[in-house]
Amino acid sequence: MTVILETRKLKRTFGAVIAAHDINIKISSGEVLGVIGSNGAGKTTFVNMVTGYLPPSSGEILYRGENIVGLPTREITQKGICRSFQIPQLFPELSVLDNVLIALSVADNPRPALFKTAVNPALEKRALALLDRFSIAQHAHREVGVLAQGIRKLVDIAMATVAEPELLFLDEPTSGVSADEKMAFMATLISALKATETAVLFIEHDMEIIETFSPRVVAFYEGTILADGRTEQVLTNDKVREFVIGSEFHRTEATAEEEA
Amino acid sequence: MTQFDRTELTLFAALPVLVLLSVLLPSWIVNYIQVSLGTGMVALGVMIQMRAGLVSFGQGLYFCIGGYAAGLAGKYFGITDLFALLGLGVVVALVTSVALGFLLRRYREIFYAMLSLAVSMILYGLLSSTEELGSTDGFNLPVPTYLFFAPEGETARLTLFAITATIVILSAVVLNRLLRSSLGLVNEAIRENELRVEYLGTSAHMAVHMTYVVAAVVSSMGGVLWALALGHVDPEMTNWTTSGSFVFIVILAGTGSIIAPLIGTFLLEILRVYAVELSPNTWQMILGSVMLLTIIFLPKGLWSLVQKTSPRKRFDPDTGDAVAKGV
Repeated sequence: MTVILETRKLKRTFGAVIAAHDINIKISSGEVLGVIGSNGAGKTTFVNMVTGYLPPSSGEILYRGENIVGLPTREITQKGICRSFQIPQLFPELSVLDNVLIALSVADNPRPALFKTAVNPALEKRALALLDRFSIAQHAHREVGVLAQGIRKLVDIAMATVAEPELLFLDEPTSGVSADEKMAFMATLISALKATETAVLFIEHDMEIIETFSPRVVAFYEGTILADGRTEQVLTNDKVREFVIGSEFHRTEATAEEEA
Repeated sequence: MTQFDRTELTLFAALPVLVLLSVLLPSWIVNYIQVSLGTGMVALGVMIQMRAGLVSFGQGLYFCIGGYAAGLAGKYFGITDLFALLGLGVVVALVTSVALGFLLRRYREIFYAMLSLAVSMILYGLLSSTEELGSTDGFNLPVPTYLFFAPEGETARLTLFAITATIVILSAVVLNRLLRSSLGLVNEAIRENELRVEYLGTSAHMAVHMTYVVAAVVSSMGGVLWALALGHVDPEMTNWTTSGSFVFIVILAGTGSIIAPLIGTFLLEILRVYAVELSPNTWQMILGSVMLLTIIFLPKGLWSLVQKTSPRKRFDPDTGDAVAKGV
């Protein structure tokens, strides 16, 4: 697999506070990668830096060999790096369909056209197909603001995929989704994303989800990377158990059986 | 193939009706309609900005620029051709708005409103204190001609009305296209969540700038037509009270359709006439009460009454034809 993103000695400070430092990560095309870490460990800061929301204080972000530090968010999106948000960033007074139509329209015309009609039956068909892929087509005509958090999360993620990104960051995709629905939610999500060749990095606090859906894990602690490797190695790493997931974490029966 | 939606077909149908009414109705009502068409263009400019969540309290700036560009061209260069005056007004507004847009596109909410107001009041001060520009009294405009056609008397009045109505209707159709364009969609998105707009891969600043320029151009056209209808311009055109009345119109009418501000402008004119007649010294109180009641009971304006009966679908599922306006 080709390395598409590489960060070198990435650092971000807020005054005297070091939010992230010495972040060196390589992400290859098509891979699924989980990121774990307690609150304030630097996970979202890392995503914010790579997607152009926060400029790093120092370091390099190489996307397909090009340093993208300093580029605005929209240009990074146009290059093929998209993201979803911990709190879904949607257009709450519009319908689910309208949200996706806007995303599709922008993906087709990054420079807004003045008088060319944007919405047409073909675009609407594409929007409905996308909603269907994420199993939310039945909510197409409902106002986003009144929907459950899980549905809004899926709309948020669906919108992040319309530009067919090469690399997709999902910031805590299951936060706000009830414990009973998390697994089904992630299954829907991963199955929808499998249809593309997108590399996915998702931030997650639920270790069962990490074990089930992520072959590789990066553990953050106090702004730096504590461990990076295969999931079973990282989750059994002593430092990760002590500082990130806690010693009380027990591996799921399913994983244990699988290993047996 | 170009598809006209319901709004555009309604606008096209309204044109012959308007022209016919100008012959049938008493001249005082026709005058009000004509004045409303001019100011309605400015309300359209305010409305398209409001769709992006931006309230311009200084749209009178471009209304005034249009009127003064036409007036000064007539006064100093003897230009009387309506189309030339219109073109001149548009060019001056275009240049001004492209330049000012670089500043205004960086601001939102109250800052956008106040900055647009501040710029318009600078022009107000400039015009009021410059003798060569007519000072506070302003100056008169010539009777317009149309290429090689120079009508007089009643024909002149009817010609100006017909041309004004045609320009306003065509502009409204073009602006309706803008609402349905990708810029229109992005504007809706900016109003709701600008951060997401940037993350979708487009520039909110650029969209705001483009919208600001289009609004300025439309408003300047309204200024030219209004000034030619009244035959006079003065600095009041860019005073904050004038700009405020355009915002009032859009709040009263709503932003649901491009037709709404045009109707709203006429309603405000009529409301003002009756309010003054009913209560000459406190007519503003009546206007204020109407505004209050609108905000309380129809927060999305009078047009929301019409929209409640409209379908949400944009396309006929069988034919794919447009059945309603864009998002």
